[in-house]
Amino acid sequence: MSNAVNEYQASTTPGRIANFVDTRVGMSGIVREFGRKIFPDHWTFMFGEVALYSLVILILSGTYLTFFFDPSMTSKVYDGSYVPMKGVEMSAAYASALHISFDIRGGLFMRQVHHWAALLFVVAIAVHMMRVFFTGAFRRPRELNWVVGGMLFVLSMAAGFTGYSLPDDVLSGNGLRIIDGVMKAIPLVGTHLSLFFFGGEFPGHAVIGRLYTLHIMIIPALILLTVAIHLFMVVVHKHTQYPGPGRTEKNVVGFPVGPVYAAKAGGFFFVVFGIIALMAGTVTINAIWNYGPYDPSPVQAGTQPDWYIGWVDGALRLMPGAWPWHWQVQAGGTWVLAVLLPMVPAAILLGLFFTWPWLERWVTKDNREHHILDRPRNAPFRTGAGVAGVTWYSIMMMAASSDLIATHFHVALNDVAYVLRFFFFFGPFIAFEITRRICLSLQRKDRELVLHGIETGRVVQLPHGEFIEVHEPLNEYDRYRLVNFNSPVVSPAQPDKKGKISGGERVRGRLSRLFFEDRVAPVSPEELEAAHKHHELESGSH
Amino acid sequence: MKALSQKRRHPLAAIILLAVALVLTGGLYAVASATNQAKADSEQNYTADDIAAGQKLFQSNCATCHGTSGEGTDNGPSLVGVGAAAVDFQVGTGRMPMQMQGTQAQIKPGQFTDDQTKQLSSYVASLGAGPGVPDKESLDTSKGDAANGAKVFLANCAMCHNAAGSGGALTRGKFAPTLMNVSEEHIYEAMETGPQNMPVFNDANITPDEKRDVITYLKAQESNSSPGGLALGSLGPVSEGLFIWTIGLGLVIGFTVWLTSRSA
Repeated sequence: MSNAVNEYQASTTPGRIANFVDTRVGMSGIVREFGRKIFPDHWTFMFGEVALYSLVILILSGTYLTFFFDPSMTSKVYDGSYVPMKGVEMSAAYASALHISFDIRGGLFMRQVHHWAALLFVVAIAVHMMRVFFTGAFRRPRELNWVVGGMLFVLSMAAGFTGYSLPDDVLSGNGLRIIDGVMKAIPLVGTHLSLFFFGGEFPGHAVIGRLYTLHIMIIPALILLTVAIHLFMVVVHKHTQYPGPGRTEKNVVGFPVGPVYAAKAGGFFFVVFGIIALMAGTVTINAIWNYGPYDPSPVQAGTQPDWYIGWVDGALRLMPGAWPWHWQVQAGGTWVLAVLLPMVPAAILLGLFFTWPWLERWVTKDNREHHILDRPRNAPFRTGAGVAGVTWYSIMMMAASSDLIATHFHVALNDVAYVLRFFFFFGPFIAFEITRRICLSLQRKDRELVLHGIETGRVVQLPHGEFIEVHEPLNEYDRYRLVNFNSPVVSPAQPDKKGKISGGERVRGRLSRLFFEDRVAPVSPEELEAAHKHHELESGSH
Repeated sequence: MKALSQKRRHPLAAIILLAVALVLTGGLYAVASATNQAKADSEQNYTADDIAAGQKLFQSNCATCHGTSGEGTDNGPSLVGVGAAAVDFQVGTGRMPMQMQGTQAQIKPGQFTDDQTKQLSSYVASLGAGPGVPDKESLDTSKGDAANGAKVFLANCAMCHNAAGSGGALTRGKFAPTLMNVSEEHIYEAMETGPQNMPVFNDANITPDEKRDVITYLKAQESNSSPGGLALGSLGPVSEGLFIWTIGLGLVIGFTVWLTSRSA
């Protein structure tokens, strides 16, 4: 038999076992393929990894919590070891959350690990998203992966919110009450939607169990599936890299996964785990025992959602209640604009977020593949737009803590709202213009550096008496980074085959002008040559 | 019965009915307000000397705003009937005399000694009956029930003072201060008199025993070390979010920079 002839025979027992397994599952082929994948090395490339590791920690700690949590809203009298709640009537869910915190060994630690990991998970996703946006890593061929990543961001918010709602204390109940209010504000279907979601009138007896199913099964399954797609696409597309000598659109410069990255990544997992464990062991998160069991009547001062839901809550807080109008329209039902309008910013922000790669591709007519990243300063419009988006988001997020800003900075709550309302409308534009100006200035600084070199601070007197400062030219590696970048120019509206300029094309042309009219061109070889000549003359060495 | 129904159209019937109704409501109100009125201080009997000394202090420190005999001016309310408890709270916590007119009197180091505060209290108490300084018995936290206190606190106080008693914002620069490290006496007096923007929780609303339970709960919060570690000001998700974005992310970035510092 031909396939038996060349079979490798191991000489040791472990070798024989390994060979037995390998010939049946083909592990060495997989290792050969993936172990030699190259990844470029840069600290900004590691936030996706942080998110992934946080997710693993979330699953581990969450599994532990499921052993003890009782997602039931049946009423019972607390009889655990937390004295201030002894004898208080509460739901089984809240009682078991207290039980986990005070009577299960390691329970409070695990709860805090789970919650801190959740916060870090979303932080890491957000920072990763910003890195991808500001470096232009979403461009072809990665547009779809940008969308998949955006879905992960939304899913992570859903996972966080459903988890936040589970303990059934006053804080989490207030969050659900807001969701209930927003649902009911939706015209026509709102009330039915709320009744459907809560299994009757709010708060009902069903919602904690339903949220639990969502939180531990459906949303994690969706997240894992999306992560798998996300990572698969990373493998298919290969990783992007920052510009530098020897780095092209056709190669990836870095180390292979095995053994360097496998070891580094494995170690980094434990670093992330360590940071989360350190926080969970030393810093309280969500002190559910302070809030008391949920009861729809009280709302406590300082009631906020976790940070990643803050922007939506903040938009609601920024909306005037009844000024200068009652914000209601009667048209086939009541449209409660005071609740519906604050949902518009979220729709705009997420809409622009998901469509940005196509918007930019349409405006620039750039359909090339990009594996070399932009330095943010070299794409002033995009960087400005990104900072505008981040600013808008942050203003809304800050609005969610308006009461704490008022108490801690000794200003009036109303004034905080007025100032934030101003920045809600104008902040993004101010941030955009400032950022774009900074980018253009940095580009000019780069030009200066390339053309005139580094000022050494060394002043020399020439034989004929003139004083000059010696400028040291950049070395080739540094110069490469500063001169070799994409710098799109305005592409005006083009007539189509029939010689007509369509309305859409006209808009595109105008946008292109907006994007690229102010531009600092990279230094051309001729300019460099001329500058060198000039310097040589100036320093009188010829 | 028939006689009564026949006379119901008598010209005096309406007047008699009105008189009966007035006597009934008046009587009921008298009974109700007697239970509502905080017990005047029984333990602390103020002497005439106290009142006289208090009057002197009042003339030189308080009269500018509250009037020479506590009748109130445009700048300060009348103090007739506010009782010793209000003075003990406002002066004892340093809120009065106010540093300046503003939305709310700020807490600051007290300006008067305990004796002087007592003298001032006795003078204001002499202007008209009002809630007195609570006795030792109502402040004894060893007799209070923290669990019941938590219930009362979360239902009545947490909406302004925060679930952990760490304070919160009100409209137009007003605020509910933190309740940590406030003395038992001052907490009780605040509930009794409703200083600044706080509502009055009289004895029918929150009984003296429940007031003691609330104090017991707050003192338990104060002395219990936070079970989860650093409490971050007990401010909830905002301080947690700030922590993860600064310290948490800072640590992570530190490690990412370190891990990639010695590559290519």
